Amino acid sequence: MIRFDNISKRYPGGFDALSRVSFHLPRGQLAYLTGHSGAGKSTLLKLIALIERPTRGQIFLDGVNLTNIRNRRIPQIRRHIGIIFQNHHLLYDRRVFDNVAMPLVIQGYRHREINKRVRAALDQVGLLNKEKANPITLSGGEQQRVGIARAIVHKPTLLLADEPTGNLDPDLSREIMALFARFNMFGTTVLIASHDLDLIRQTGFPSISLNKGTIEHNDLLTLDPLARAV
Amino acid sequence: MRKKNRTAPRKGPQKKSRLVSYLTHHLQMLIASLGYLTRQPVSTLMTSAVIAIALALPAGLYIALDNASRISADWDGSTLISLFLKPEVSIQQAEKLASRLRKSAEIEAVSIIDRDQGLKQFQKISGFGDAIEFLDDNPLPHVITVQPVVDQQRPDKVVHLVKKLQSENLVELAQLDMQWVKRLYTLLDLAQRGVWIVGSLLALAVLLIIGNTIRLDIQNRREAIEVSKLIGASDGFIRRPFLYTGLWYGISGGLLAWLLIAVSLGILENPVQELAVLYHSSYELTGLSSSDLASLILISCALGLGGSWLAVGRHLSDIEPS
Ligand SMILES: Nc1ncnc2c1ncn2[C@@H]1O[C@H](COP(=O)(O)OP(=O)(O)O)[C@@H](O)[C@H]1O
Ligand SMILES: [Mg+2]
Repeated sequence: MIRFDNISKRYPGGFDALSRVSFHLPRGQLAYLTGHSGAGKSTLLKLIALIERPTRGQIFLDGVNLTNIRNRRIPQIRRHIGIIFQNHHLLYDRRVFDNVAMPLVIQGYRHREINKRVRAALDQVGLLNKEKANPITLSGGEQQRVGIARAIVHKPTLLLADEPTGNLDPDLSREIMALFARFNMFGTTVLIASHDLDLIRQTGFPSISLNKGTIEHNDLLTLDPLARAV
Repeated sequence: MRKKNRTAPRKGPQKKSRLVSYLTHHLQMLIASLGYLTRQPVSTLMTSAVIAIALALPAGLYIALDNASRISADWDGSTLISLFLKPEVSIQQAEKLASRLRKSAEIEAVSIIDRDQGLKQFQKISGFGDAIEFLDDNPLPHVITVQPVVDQQRPDKVVHLVKKLQSENLVELAQLDMQWVKRLYTLLDLAQRGVWIVGSLLALAVLLIIGNTIRLDIQNRREAIEVSKLIGASDGFIRRPFLYTGLWYGISGGLLAWLLIAVSLGILENPVQELAVLYHSSYELTGLSSSDLASLILISCALGLGGSWLAVGRHLSDIEPS
């Protein structure tokens, strides 16, 4: 699903956020991305979502080489990805329902289909009763879950989450992680950046750990026969 | 009971066809942007008023000029060319010339003042009545007066006609009365160019006002733009609400400009009529015709769209998710 081939990312100003990173995340796999603050986790996710472009190397997403994708085609790529951020990026000028509906509206879904899917997504994150609320009236955990509903409402094949439990208490964090595990069970490929090592160990999913922009350890190598062959 | 297969195909009737979805989004944005503007009525009204004033100024000048040229058109009736014929020309020759001139398309009317008639008139008007009695001979030639067809747009045609008449064999002197008509036309022409210049400058101002307003809108909705880009909205999709906002500014500015002009004309109507009565004229102010109104609205719409297009082109690409 995602293949990084010797990816380096140098930010303007000369800082090397990633150096020669290679890994392969198979389709339908859930994996964590760990590492200290500043290790390059967010940078790696941004490269997949085409928010940043690599300085060197090649990225393949579902067989498509992202390195030479033209800007005009970026929206098309992003429609297959669900993105969840630490600061959930909800819009406070519209209701929860309308926040979650955005990806469907953009893709031109029919009105009835939007209603059905938004309700289903809100139901999955346990917020069906909040559809008419303004997100600003919700708690941090609830807002994060609205963000998750928005990321999965269009049934993306890939889900990227950057510190989705960043400022939630342990119980809520476990709940959110369980949610991701459920999406994964239905076939979605999931990559979650997190520094919460205890939580990650509890869940038992493989992780890739970054240290100062290089891969320190990769559980996927022992899992994926294809990656081992490489 | 038979079980229905509820799993619809992944891409099928769930989505609208491309064209339908494109058109519905246009319609939605047309309405949504109007809603957005009416939810902040004060700033919308202020922006529209600035646009309206900038549009009403050249439009008002245009109307003033239009009225002025109609006044001068009334006076065109009195534009006359006098042809003083050579002394040896007989009345028969003069009449022949007159009837030839009558056939010319450039000439409205022709009349002859023969020398005796001319002398009598001169006696009456000049007050030299008695002195002229002492003359043995009538010193006046026959005179033909020519009323030219006046083309509003081409006052120079009259001058050309005068030259042509001057070159007639029998004519000693062709003289255009009312040189001032020509001067008035020159002035009006100058004023017209002035209106074009002022109008172009103010149109540019409207373009910049709308562009700047849309730029601020873009900045205010920065977050929504970022999120939209992040979830895969196309550039066209993100552009649309701003373009329609610009269009609405254009429409409201244009309508408001029309209102300003109508009110101003209403205020001027009575004094103008009083003035007309003093001059024994039945002159009435004309306002914007419906086609003028249509062009006013069309121009302001174009400026609204153009201004927002400029702003969108310059500033939307600056906003990228990070
Ligand atoms: N836009 C940027 N410009 C310059 N440096 C950046 C930018 N974004 C991130 N960095 C730097 O790159 C490094 C990795 O950042 P990031 O990927 O956010 O790490 P993490 O998410 O693991 O904390 C950090 O040292 C950060 O300061
Ligand atoms: Mg980070």
